[in-house]
Amino acid sequence: MSPALTTGVLDPRGPVAANTYQLLQNATVVMLALIVPIIVLTLVFAWWFRAGNRRAKRRLDWSYSGALEVVNWMVPLMIVLFLGGTGWVASHALDPAKPLPSQAPPLRIQVVSLDWKWLFIYPDAGVAAVNHLVVPAGRVLHLQLTSGSVMNSFFVPQLGSQIYTMAGMTTTLYLQADRPGTFPGRSVQFSGDGFSDMHFNVDAVPASDYDAWLARTRASGTRLDAGAYSALSRPGTSVPRDYQLDAPRLFQTILAASMSSSSSSPH
Amino acid sequence: MLGKLDWSAIPTDQPLPLIAAGIVALGMLGVAAWITRRGWWTALWKDWITSVDHKRIGVMYVLLALVMLMRGFVDAFMMRSQQAIAVGGAKGFLPPEHYNQIFSAHGTIMIFFVGMTFMVGLMNFVVPLQIGARDVAFPTLNSVSFWLTASGVLLLNLSLVIGEFARTGWLVYPPLSELAYSPGVGVDYYLWAIQIAGVGTLLSGINLTATILKMRTVGMGYMRMPIFCWTALTANLLIIAAFPILTATLAMLTLDRYLGFHFFTNDFGGNAMMYINLIWAWGHPEVYILILPAFGVFSEVISTFAGKPIFAYRSMAAAALAICVLSFMVWLHHFFTMGASADVNGFFGVMTMIIAVPTGVKVFNWLFTLYGGSVRFSVPMMWALGFMVTFIIGGMTGVLLAIPPVDFITHNSLFLVAHFHNVIIGGVIFGAYAGYNYWFPKAFGFTLHEGWGRATFWCWLVGFYLAFMPLYVLGLMGATRRMQHYADPDWQPFMIVALCGALCILAGIGCTVVQLVVSIRTRAQRRDLTGDPWDGRSLEWATPSPPPPFNFATPVQVNGLDTFWAAKREGMPAPGLPEMPAPSAVEVPVGTGTGFFIAFFATGFGFGMVWHIWWMAIASLLGIAGVALKLAWRRVDETDIDGDAVAAIYTARAGEAA
Amino acid sequence: MSAMLDEPMQTVERPIPRSQRGPAPTHVTTSYGMWLFLLSDIVMFAAFFAAFVVLRDHTAGGPAGRDVFHRHTVLIETACLLFSSFSCALLGAGVEYRNKRVTYAAVAVTLLLGAAFMVLELSEFAQMIADGAGPGRSAFLSAFFALVGLHGLHVACGMLWLIVMLAQVATLGFSPKVVRRLLCFNLFWHALDIVWVGVFTVVYLGAFT
Repeated sequence: MSPALTTGVLDPRGPVAANTYQLLQNATVVMLALIVPIIVLTLVFAWWFRAGNRRAKRRLDWSYSGALEVVNWMVPLMIVLFLGGTGWVASHALDPAKPLPSQAPPLRIQVVSLDWKWLFIYPDAGVAAVNHLVVPAGRVLHLQLTSGSVMNSFFVPQLGSQIYTMAGMTTTLYLQADRPGTFPGRSVQFSGDGFSDMHFNVDAVPASDYDAWLARTRASGTRLDAGAYSALSRPGTSVPRDYQLDAPRLFQTILAASMSSSSSSPH
Repeated sequence: MLGKLDWSAIPTDQPLPLIAAGIVALGMLGVAAWITRRGWWTALWKDWITSVDHKRIGVMYVLLALVMLMRGFVDAFMMRSQQAIAVGGAKGFLPPEHYNQIFSAHGTIMIFFVGMTFMVGLMNFVVPLQIGARDVAFPTLNSVSFWLTASGVLLLNLSLVIGEFARTGWLVYPPLSELAYSPGVGVDYYLWAIQIAGVGTLLSGINLTATILKMRTVGMGYMRMPIFCWTALTANLLIIAAFPILTATLAMLTLDRYLGFHFFTNDFGGNAMMYINLIWAWGHPEVYILILPAFGVFSEVISTFAGKPIFAYRSMAAAALAICVLSFMVWLHHFFTMGASADVNGFFGVMTMIIAVPTGVKVFNWLFTLYGGSVRFSVPMMWALGFMVTFIIGGMTGVLLAIPPVDFITHNSLFLVAHFHNVIIGGVIFGAYAGYNYWFPKAFGFTLHEGWGRATFWCWLVGFYLAFMPLYVLGLMGATRRMQHYADPDWQPFMIVALCGALCILAGIGCTVVQLVVSIRTRAQRRDLTGDPWDGRSLEWATPSPPPPFNFATPVQVNGLDTFWAAKREGMPAPGLPEMPAPSAVEVPVGTGTGFFIAFFATGFGFGMVWHIWWMAIASLLGIAGVALKLAWRRVDETDIDGDAVAAIYTARAGEAA
Repeated sequence: MSAMLDEPMQTVERPIPRSQRGPAPTHVTTSYGMWLFLLSDIVMFAAFFAAFVVLRDHTAGGPAGRDVFHRHTVLIETACLLFSSFSCALLGAGVEYRNKRVTYAAVAVTLLLGAAFMVLELSEFAQMIADGAGPGRSAFLSAFFALVGLHGLHVACGMLWLIVMLAQVATLGFSPKVVRRLLCFNLFWHALDIVWVGVFTVVYLGAFT
C-alpha cells in the first residue's frame, strides 16, 4: 500500500486503535458482502429487463410475493442484529472511559483545550506542556479532559478514540502507544478561527527518555504560573513548549472557573 | 437609529463577497429589465406572486431551490479550491474568518434552502393531484409558507454583503455560537433566517398532513394512494413533530444572545451538551424529512419506467411509517464521542442499525419492481438507477458509523463528510433531479430535453464519485472536516481529485441550466399533448399538461390502486374530466398578496432583530398583524370559473392534441 | 383486466370505510389542521420542559425554585386559567346557538380572567427580577423564565386573538368562517390550560418536593 495510505486510522500504533481498526475492517467486509450483490443485481436487472430485450420474460403484473417479503425484511434485520450486537459488545469493550489492562499504574495526564492550543498537565510529575504530548511507550495513559473555552475534541488517530472536551465537565480517555514513535494529533470539533492550527504531536519515547524529559522540564522549563496560563488562554496559536507546573491542581481550578457564577468573557 | 448597523457592516476589505453581490445584483437587474421589456409584471404579480395554487407554489419552491443549489455550490467550489491549495505553509485564498462563514453557509443553504425547499416543492405540486384533490387544505397558508422560506433565503444572502454570516458550522453549536465567542451578527442572521423559514416549513407540514389525511378523493383509502403520498405523509408528520424542537432550541440560543439567558453558556450553569441533544433530536428526523420524499419519487419513477406496479406496496408503506417512528430514537449517534456511557452509546448504535432495516426493505422492493419489468432508460430512470447504486454505499458507511467505536475514529473527519454527502446527494439531490425531469412536463406542458438531461446525470454521477470517494480515504488518513489549511502534503493529491469532482458537478449544474433554456426554446418539438407522456399510473397523469387551476373538473371516483392505469387498460375515460358539452362551474380560491407581504415584514423583522434596530422589528410585527387582519376581514374567498371557461380549457387541449 | 379493482363487484351492501368517503367538510379539515398545530406547539413546549428539567439544579449558587416561588399566587393563577377554560366552553356554547349576548359575555369573562392571570404572572416576574432572581442569574432561572414566559406569551397572543374574534362577531356575525375561527380559538385556549397544568406540576409543585 502506498505510504500515504498507511497513516491515521489505517496505521494503528496502540491497542485501542488496533482493535477499532480490526472492527472497522470486519464490519466493512460484512457490509460489502451485502451491498455489492445488490449493486450488481440493480445493474443486471435494469439491463436485462430493458424494453428492447426480447429474451427477457416480462411479468408486468407481479407486485407481491409473500416469501420474498419475508426475505426482504429478514435479510436486513439479520445483518443489522449481527452488526448491532457487535456494536453493543464493542461499545463496552472499547469504551473510552474503560481502563486498559496494565501492570504499572496508568499515567495520569490532564488535557485542556484552549483557543487554539492544547495544554497537557502532568499533575503527579509537576510538569506541563503545550501542543506537545510526551508519553512513555507501552504505558497506559489515563487522560482526563476538559475545555478552557469552547467544545473541542481530542484525537490522535494512530492511538484511537477521540473524545469531546467541554467546559465545566471532565471526560475520560484511556490510550496507549505500544512502541516509540511520533503520532500527530489534533482537535476535530470545530472551535473557531484558529481551529486548523490546533494540532500537536504525541512523542512516545522509551521510559528512560521520558524520565529524562521530566527531569529536564522540571529543572528548566518556563513556569506555568497564573500569568503564563492567562496568556495561554488568550486567543491565538502556540509553538510547542514545555513548562514547570506551578499549581498541581491547575486542572481542577480550570474546571471550577468554568462552572462559576462569574461572567467569563475571554475575548 | 439604526441599532448596530453602520457602514462598516459592508465588507469593503473582502473583494469576493462584494464581487459576488455585484454579479447577483446585475443578474437581478437583468431579469427585471427582461420582465419589463416583455410587460410581464402584472402577470407575475397576479399569476405567480399572489397565487395560492399549489402547482404555482410548487414551481416557485423548485425554482428557489435550483437557484440556491447554485449559490450553495459556489460555496462548495470555493471550499474545494481552498483545500486543494492550502497545504503546508500555503494559506490559500480564503482566510479563516471567511472560510468559516463559507462552510457554515454551504451547509445551511444546502439543507434548509435546497433539500427542504426542493422536496417541499415537489410534494406541493404533486400530492393534491395524486390524491384527486383540487388544492391543499389551506391554500393561503401555503403561499405564506413559501414566502416565509423566501424571506429566510433573503436574510441569509443579505449577510453576504451587510455584516457577516455565522462562523460556527451549520448547526451553530454553543459555546462557540454564544455571544462570548461569536460577538458579531453572523449567528444572529442564521438564527432569524432559520426561525422565519422554519415557521414556513412547520405550517407547510401541517398543511400537507391535513391534505393527505382529510382531502383524498372518494374511494381513495389509505392503501390506494400512491407511495409518493405515503412518503410525503410520513415526511410531513416528521416536520410537525420535529421542527418545533428546532424552533425551541434556536429560541433558547437567541435568548442567551439577546437577553443574557444561560441555557448553553459556559458560566452560570449553562449546559452546552443539552443544545447538542436538542438540536439533534430535530436534526435526525430532519434528514429523514429530506430523504423520505426522495424515496417516494423513486418509487413513482421506477414503477412507471419499468411498467409495473411498485413491488410489495404494503411493505413500502409500512417501511415509510417505520422510518418515521424510528427516526426519533437514534439522535445520539451524532455525538457518540461526547462521553456517554457504553450502555447509552450501545443502545443508540443498535437503534441506528435497526432504522437501516426499513430502508433496506425499500431497496429490495425497488429491485423487485425492476425484475420482470420493461425498463425504459428515461432521464428520471437514470437518476433512479444512479441513486440505487450510490445511496447504498452511503448507507453502508452509515452503518459503519453506527458502530460507536468506529465512530470514535471517524467522527468529524472527512469520512463523515463523505458519508452524509453520499446519502444526501445520492438520495435527495438525485431524487430532486428525477422528480424535476419526471414532473416537468406535467407542470409546463412540454418535456425537458433528453440529451442535456443525460449529460447532467453523467456529470453529477462522475462528479460525485470523484469529489467524495477521496474524502472517505482522507478521513481514514486522519483528515478532519472544516480545516482551512492542513500540514500533511500526502493529503493534497486526494484534495485535487476532489476538486476535479467539483468541476464535474459544476458542469452538471451548467447542463441543468442549458437543459432548461434549450427545452424552453425548442418546446414546440416536445409538447405533452396527452397529459401522460410517460404512460403513468397515478392520477396526476389523468389531467391535461399543465392541469387547469382546479385540477379535476369533476370529483374523481377511485376504486383501487392506480385507478388511472386501470382506466387506460380497460379503455375507460380518464377520471375527473368535465361533463361535456356543458360542464358546471368550478370554484377556486382567490389569489392574495398576504403571503408576500407577511414575508416582506418578516424580513424586516429579522433584519431589525439582527442589527438591534428595535423600531424596525416592532413596526414589522405590526405590519404582519395588519396583513393578517386584512385577510381576516376578507369578504371574498373564492372565485368562479364558469362552465364555458372550463369547457374551453379542455377543448383547447383536445385541439392541440389532434 | 379488472385486477386493479380491490374486490369483485358486490351485490351485498357494505359500509364504505371512512377513509374512502372523500374529502372532509371544511370545518372538519380546519379544526384538524388546528389540532396538528396544537400538537406541534406542545412539542415546542416539551423541548422547554426538557430544558427546565435538565437545568433545574443548575442554580449557580443562586436561588432555587422554593426560594422564589409563591404557591398562593400560583394557585390563584391556576384558578383564573381553569375558570377561563370554563368561560371559553360557554363561549363555545354561545357560538353553537348563535347567541351574541352569551358569546360577548363569555368573551368578556375569558378576557378578564386571562388578564388577571397575566397581571399576576408579570408581577411575579417583576418581583423576582427586582430580587436579583432574573433569567440572567442562573441556567435554572433562564429555563424557568423561558418556559413560563412562553406560556404567558401564548396567553397574551390568545387574548389578542380573542379581541379580534370579538370584533369579527360584531362586524361579520356568525358566518361559517367566523364560527370555524372561534372553534380554533377554543381548541387553542383549552390546550394552553393543559400546558399550564404541566407547568404548575413540573415547575411549581416540583420545586417544593
